[in-house]
Amino acid sequence: MAVMTYRDALNAALREEMVRDPDVFLMGEEVAEYDGAYKVSKGLLDEFGEQRVVDSPISELGFAGLGVGAAMAGLRPVIEFMTFNFAFLALDQVINNAAKLHYMSEGQFRVPIVFRGPTGAALQLSAQHSQACETYYTHAPGCKVVTPGTPADAKGLLKASIRDDDPVAFMEGELLYNLKGEVPDDDDFIIPLGVADLKREGSDISIITHGKMIHVALQAAAKLEKDGIEADVLDLRTIRPLDMDAILTTVAKTNRVVYVEEGWPYAGTGAQIVSMIQEEAFDHLDAPIRRVMQADIPMPYAKNLENLAKPNADRVVEACNQVLYR
Amino acid sequence: MAETKTKKRPTKKDILKAYGVTPEVALELMRQMLLFRRFEEKAEEGYAIGKIGGFCHLHIGQEGAAAGSIAALRVDDYVISGYRSHTQAIAKGVEPNAIMAELYGRADGASGGKGGSMHIFGADVNFMGGHGIVGGQVPLATGYGWKIKYRGEDSVVVCFMGDAAVNQGAFHESLNMAAVWDLPVIYVVEHNEYGMGTAFNRVSTTDMEEKSGPHGITGVSVDGQDVLATYALFTELVADVRSGSGPKFVNLETYRFRGHSMSDPVSGTYRSTEEVERYKKEEDPIRVLKEKLFSVGVLDQEKLQEMDAEARKIAADAADFAEASPLPDPKQLYANVWAEVNPHGRLFFDGRSRD
Repeated sequence: MAVMTYRDALNAALREEMVRDPDVFLMGEEVAEYDGAYKVSKGLLDEFGEQRVVDSPISELGFAGLGVGAAMAGLRPVIEFMTFNFAFLALDQVINNAAKLHYMSEGQFRVPIVFRGPTGAALQLSAQHSQACETYYTHAPGCKVVTPGTPADAKGLLKASIRDDDPVAFMEGELLYNLKGEVPDDDDFIIPLGVADLKREGSDISIITHGKMIHVALQAAAKLEKDGIEADVLDLRTIRPLDMDAILTTVAKTNRVVYVEEGWPYAGTGAQIVSMIQEEAFDHLDAPIRRVMQADIPMPYAKNLENLAKPNADRVVEACNQVLYR
Repeated sequence: MAETKTKKRPTKKDILKAYGVTPEVALELMRQMLLFRRFEEKAEEGYAIGKIGGFCHLHIGQEGAAAGSIAALRVDDYVISGYRSHTQAIAKGVEPNAIMAELYGRADGASGGKGGSMHIFGADVNFMGGHGIVGGQVPLATGYGWKIKYRGEDSVVVCFMGDAAVNQGAFHESLNMAAVWDLPVIYVVEHNEYGMGTAFNRVSTTDMEEKSGPHGITGVSVDGQDVLATYALFTELVADVRSGSGPKFVNLETYRFRGHSMSDPVSGTYRSTEEVERYKKEEDPIRVLKEKLFSVGVLDQEKLQEMDAEARKIAADAADFAEASPLPDPKQLYANVWAEVNPHGRLFFDGRSRD
């Protein structure tokens, strides 16, 4: 175990996988000479050279599609989006090509590609640079969606994503890059896709969440603890494939659920999960499930409005109290 | 102001005549560039003390590009730009106070505090933003061109973008359509040589001027550090486009003296400190114009200082205005998501109170 930042954990995962497999390469805006806009690829150009760590033009559709073609042809591209806000330009390549080619060709082609970069709000970046983009990708069959919330999960899940034979949208938290935590240093430390993790144990209520929001959920759980309420905090880690067994286990244990997600509520990933819980565990529920999400608006710039728009621990506590009828 | 009697120096008439610019226009361009410089320095200061947050991209070094181009426009012409656009907004007529208040995230901001540095809008003066995604504004400019032609109007659209935007599909698709439909749009690349930390020649094998040729639009280059040359070119292009000559493409060569944004280094692996210093010394658009106007006696040190003091005052007043402006009312949180709130059906879905 070593203590490292989320950023360094991602860097270690990239480095280890590039050492292990010469077909893995990294391409994106500013990933090479600039060490990445968020310095995730620091030092990789020096170590692996410009054939494998490649600065692209600002052409998201182009280099995402190039990656899809290279993946079909047998390479294992890691395509970095400076942020997923800019990946909307490439969505056609991800949804219409990467996610569908295996199916359309009846399995003749595999698309082992990772699209990675930060998602979600940072601080006062306003509407076009502050949005949680997960749901665009979870919506499409064929695409896997990974949202690590800790350094260890970042490393283990990125390594698993690079080794996975399907396209993976690997969505990092822009405000998590400096977060420190213990990370196993084993070269084959892999966290399989589709396995949730109970980040905190309790028996009174289940807070289900993923990505950066696990920290909001844990803060809320700490506040609830002072009131004698013990919360399970279930970190989904990947939202497709989804660890439904883990969800059903915590629901059966606590009978009360609050779901927390950084994105918009309408037709969000949480809407799907809540729907599945009521379909598969209706008899276990003692109260309607509540969701805590971003306000249903584009993100405003002004600090006071931004704070009102984001999910936070107080809002999660309030939702838990409603579900607990307190 | 005494006319120079030295024979070597060109006369006031000669040098300004060569550009087709009157002394009044030349002084106005100087006034604007000084304001842009002092405004951006004030924004820099505001960012440093935490009054301004998020991403903030300054135009310092590129003032000539903004002033020379937009000064050639009429009030009813349109300007649209990317995220390095505070000065362009001022040039088009958005109040400096409203822009600074927007940077501060205040209620009196140009976008009510909702947009921030990257999203300044001024619909009343035909400044159409303020866009955060590289190249994202280029199709919008094309749409404005479409509307002008559709309604048979004679205004012109100037669409600014950075040099990295020409590698986006949106750029090429837009130029093709503008050429096919003969739209009154001047697409302007502010070519400051670096897309963030990537030199243009690392992401393009052809010169900027050639980018529009394949779409049937002839490209023209101009030295954006020479505000008079920029003004002269735009005056000519705007008249051409207004008379129905179709879209144009301008390679406006310039240089940024600051980092890509306030959170990026001025120099580093991508460009040397020496290079930046050389440009600041030799290619500062304010200095370039100053030397010209001093040499022909249109301006002297005393008058320049007076103009600069005026610019500094406007910038300082803008900061004071922003500071005094209240935070946006929390009641505004849900305002303007939609243009119309219909009586039927539910619009919002997050369970928050909207009182």
